Parts: sequence; C-alpha cells; structure tokens
Amino acid sequence: MKAAVIVFPGSNRDRDVALAVEQSTGQPPAMIWHQEAKLPKLDLIVVPGGFSYGDYLRCGAMASQSPIMAEVKRQAAKGVRVIGICNGFQILTETGLLPGVLMRNRGLKFICTDVHLKVEQTKSAFTSRYKKGEVIRFHIAHNEGNFYADAKTLKQIEDKGQVAFRYCEANGKVSNAGNPNGAKNHIAGIFNVKRNVLGLMPHPEVMSDPMLGCNNARRMFDSMVEAVA
Amino acid sequence: MKAKVHITLKAGVLDPQGKAVEHALHGLGFNSVSEVRQGKYIELKLKTKDKKKAKAEVEKMCKTLLANTIVENFKVDLDE
Repeated sequence: MKAAVIVFPGSNRDRDVALAVEQSTGQPPAMIWHQEAKLPKLDLIVVPGGFSYGDYLRCGAMASQSPIMAEVKRQAAKGVRVIGICNGFQILTETGLLPGVLMRNRGLKFICTDVHLKVEQTKSAFTSRYKKGEVIRFHIAHNEGNFYADAKTLKQIEDKGQVAFRYCEANGKVSNAGNPNGAKNHIAGIFNVKRNVLGLMPHPEVMSDPMLGCNNARRMFDSMVEAVA
Repeated sequence: MKAKVHITLKAGVLDPQGKAVEHALHGLGFNSVSEVRQGKYIELKLKTKDKKKAKAEVEKMCKTLLANTIVENFKVDLDE
C-alpha cells in the first residue's frame, strides 16, 4: 500500500502517524510538504494532527487553502482514501471534503485524555476490522473538537451511515457524560458519503503500539492495508 | 480603500466564549447583561478605488477564507 502524509507548518503528529502507517504497511509513507501541487499515485493520504498555521483565524482554515489540498480534493474525488486526524479532521471540514465544522470545546479547555468510542460504521476501508457497536479506548488532545452541523446536515450524516465513531462511556452508553467536548450527536468521527474519506478527533497513531500502553488503533491501519490488498 | 469585516456566529450556534464572558460580567455586577456573543473583526486595505469591486472582492475573501459560512455570518463595511 502506498501512503503519503501531508506536512503543514505546525503539523506535529506527522512523524507519529508515519510510524503507525509503516507498522501496518511495511514501508514508510511519503512525507509531502503542503506547497506541493501534485501527488504521486497513492492508496492512502493522511492529513495529520497538529496546529497548522498556529490555528490562526480558525483551526485548519489556512491549511485548507494550501496548494496540496486542491490535489487532495482531486484524489479524493477519484476514490483515493483520505484520513484526517484531529487538526487533519478540521482541515478536511474546512476544505468541504467532510460536512460540519469543529468548534471550541464546550468547556473551553484543551482536553488531553483517554476516551471511549463506540464503533458505528464498519463498512469502510478504515473500520472493517472493528465490530459494529464495539467499545474501544482511544486518546484525544484538542481544544476545538466540538463537532457541529445544522439539523438538516446532521440528519443526512445519520441517514447515510456517515458516523464512524461516537463518544461513549466505558460501558458503551452514549451520553453527555461520555462526551468530552459537546459534539453534536456525540460524534467523534465521520465519513463522506462514499466513505473513502474519514475525519476523526481521536488520535489513532497514539494507540497503535503496545509500548505506548495500547494498540486499539492498529486495526484501523490494518483495515486500510486489507482494503487495498 | 479600507474594508472592515465583522464575523459573527450565526444565531443558534453555541458560543461558549460568549457564555463565559457573560458569566464574568454577571460576576462583576453587570446583571442586566444577556446574550453575549463573541466574534472577530478584521481590517483590510485595498488598492482599488471602486467601491462595488472592493465589496465583491472582500465578500469573496470572506466566503473562501475569512469566515466559515456553516457557522458564521460576515458583514463588510468600506471606508474611503
């Protein structure tokens, strides 16, 4: 599987995610600077976490206008798989590849903690190795992860099975108590309609090596490899 | 020409910062305050002298970068 990680000024999870990708694919992904306007032939594009452009104006707003994102949009339209993690998720919503927007956390605080997620949609290249309804422990680290979309858009996201993950309590109960940031419908991650683009606030790269205490996310990268094979 | 852009959250969109400011104002005794909403103010200088052109240009800037129209409204004022 050929993968690339897009690097913006202010990206800081790019190298972590590259390691996680390599662990599953067996080869290091290409690291692509945001000023590039063309991508080689790829199976997977990763838009990593961090603080692109210092989160100035709005998180991901400036990065979404960089030359590489026009190319990412073209590749996504062709069916190439794209995953945006945390700031990468914010960038994908700002480009319009995913619906909605990530707003300031309900409690106004940066949250760095483990959370529980309920797997909602397994029919995708990113989640095929999970079971529907399964509860997994993941990690979040963000200030703007409060997913918002208007009622009409939310209904569409729900009706088309675009919710990938929802925040929940350890016992799997989806509730306000299990929702760290105030996200609408407790949404932690969503797909586009074709499900070849995934955006999520939790960081799979943090949980993909047992040495880091947990490898719950390894299956996400393995799912992507399996989808290409 | 100078353009002054006000970007505000749409009605109904939760504004936790505005809420926190409102709470602080109540704490200071400004009890008549309600519905505090926080936004952004951006100033721009433009080369053009054509007001119509300037407005159209700044509106385009708002739609592509300065505002996220899913959750924000914008208002453009021009000063000659």
